[in-house]
Amino acid sequence: MNKAEQALRELHEMDALAAGDSPLHRLCPLAKFLFTAAYIAAVVSFGRYDLARLAPLLLMAALLYQLAGIPVGKCFHKLRFVLPLVLAVGLFNPLLDRAPMLTLGGVVISGGVVSMLTMMAKGTLCLMASFLLMATTRVDALCAGLRRLRVPGFLLSLLLLTYRYVGVMTEEVAVMTDAYALRAPGQRGVAFRAWGSFLGQLLLRSMDRAEELYAAMLLRGYREEFPYAEAAPCAARDAAFLSVGAALLLLLRFVNVSALLGGLLMR
Amino acid sequence: MHMADALLAPATAAAMYAASSVTAGISAHQLKKDDEPQKLPVMAVTSALVFAGQMINYTIPGTGSSGHLCGGMLLSALLGPQAGFLSMIVILTIQCLFFADGGLMALGANIWNMAFYGCFVGYYLIWRPILRGKGGLSTRARIILASILGCVVTLQLGAFSVVLETTLSGVTELPFGAFCALMQPIHLAIGLVEGAVTAAVLVFVYESRPALLRDVDGAGEGRRSLRATVAVLAVTAALVGGGLSLLASADPDGLEWALFGNEEAGYAANMGLDEERFGIESAAADRAAAIQESTSFLPDYAFADSDSAAGTTVSGLVGSAMVAGAAAAICLAGGFFRRKKNP
Repeated sequence: MNKAEQALRELHEMDALAAGDSPLHRLCPLAKFLFTAAYIAAVVSFGRYDLARLAPLLLMAALLYQLAGIPVGKCFHKLRFVLPLVLAVGLFNPLLDRAPMLTLGGVVISGGVVSMLTMMAKGTLCLMASFLLMATTRVDALCAGLRRLRVPGFLLSLLLLTYRYVGVMTEEVAVMTDAYALRAPGQRGVAFRAWGSFLGQLLLRSMDRAEELYAAMLLRGYREEFPYAEAAPCAARDAAFLSVGAALLLLLRFVNVSALLGGLLMR
Repeated sequence: MHMADALLAPATAAAMYAASSVTAGISAHQLKKDDEPQKLPVMAVTSALVFAGQMINYTIPGTGSSGHLCGGMLLSALLGPQAGFLSMIVILTIQCLFFADGGLMALGANIWNMAFYGCFVGYYLIWRPILRGKGGLSTRARIILASILGCVVTLQLGAFSVVLETTLSGVTELPFGAFCALMQPIHLAIGLVEGAVTAAVLVFVYESRPALLRDVDGAGEGRRSLRATVAVLAVTAALVGGGLSLLASADPDGLEWALFGNEEAGYAANMGLDEERFGIESAAADRAAAIQESTSFLPDYAFADSDSAAGTTVSGLVGSAMVAGAAAAICLAGGFFRRKKNP
């Protein structure tokens, strides 16, 4: 599978997930966005050795995934973007911070190992949260929500339009690459002679289409900004979701639930 | 260079968000004053083009590593710094939201590291002075010089910001100097490659339609149609996407290379990841070795007075294991019921 197809598949998958229906899908996008931001802020605000305290947040995320009807495993292939830089920074911790922190069954675990694992866990949890947001929210609904946060309308229109162009262009690149490969068996990549014409023709077509699309937008009354007709107003349940979620996050942030539970068990 | 959320402390992330938001607000305001609604589709298509270009890895000759097109210089040379900055924001947002490339909370920092330097520093301090400067150079040579210099400088600034933000967030044990020594040379190489790509594209645009480029003689002469813009962008895309895809490789990008190293070239040893082969001398390796020695000769350091501390840590671990187990059980149960509902 070529890279464009891969990207396209990921885009389609997100679209398909976001078009689903669940209690979480039906929540107002703004509430979901604010909760996601709070969740990520809570995750990253934990100390560098607070690995154990992240577990309740994992439980929270797992519950929300079940509520949305989305298998947790879906988000993990996106870790390939998240983990390299986290590892690049974190891998040195076990080498440089070798002060022993605790012994587990006779094995001494150093602070560096704990801090590296904490960093990786934080990266994974943040990914889970933002993936869930995008898997339960359509992009136009999210933009409508962001508009209410006073994000400039021009920027959001640009985002929506670019998102559309990305889909169109990536799809055609994927098809053309396949067609080219079938007609040029055993050849790696596009031949020098076809460098210019290969993607150039595609872009000409896409831009022609874009120009027509823009004209059509104008004819349908587009003025500087997309009208968000289906922007769902935030209802009481959205406020309830947000306040309960925020209260839970505060509780988990300031009370060491893991240690309390473990203490109960070990007494 | 996309940072993940885990690399930033909330305060650092918030500060970077504030800086990027203010810059975006000013840019949007200035664009609004220009009042060119037809610029929106051109910006969108150019953004999509740079997005496509960033899916291609460019092999850096001789290292087995590869980099990406940064796009900031390209966009600001074509659209101007303000429009380029907003386009970069959109690209980075799409990468963040749909591909998890860069964290949601780190988006402000990523915008600053990649878009701000590329668009504003690259344009006002490098592109415009070089293109408008007096001297014997041909415009072609100026474009090449400005592109390469711009990409190298803006990438160095971006890499330095990553180091600075990560160190300020206190997530790494790596000393500031060693981290810099790790990041800057790699991004120098990446910057040279990106500069070459950008230069090739911009020279082509100059030769086919100079009016498209900022600060180039003939800019602003005549009213250019959207269709003409399209044609030039088409060729640009061809160069970026189609042309250089021969160079594209499945090699890991510079950061992964810095981390995991290139075994054949002995870089893993250089980074001190492989204790057996501490071959190449560097300040980082020396320091790591020194710390290793000093700590490994004190094996009973841990057991002196940390019993109670270890006790609480263990109970924390047990509790968290329980909670994590519950999370896993919930996922399994959810999957079971989903399968039952729609077999």
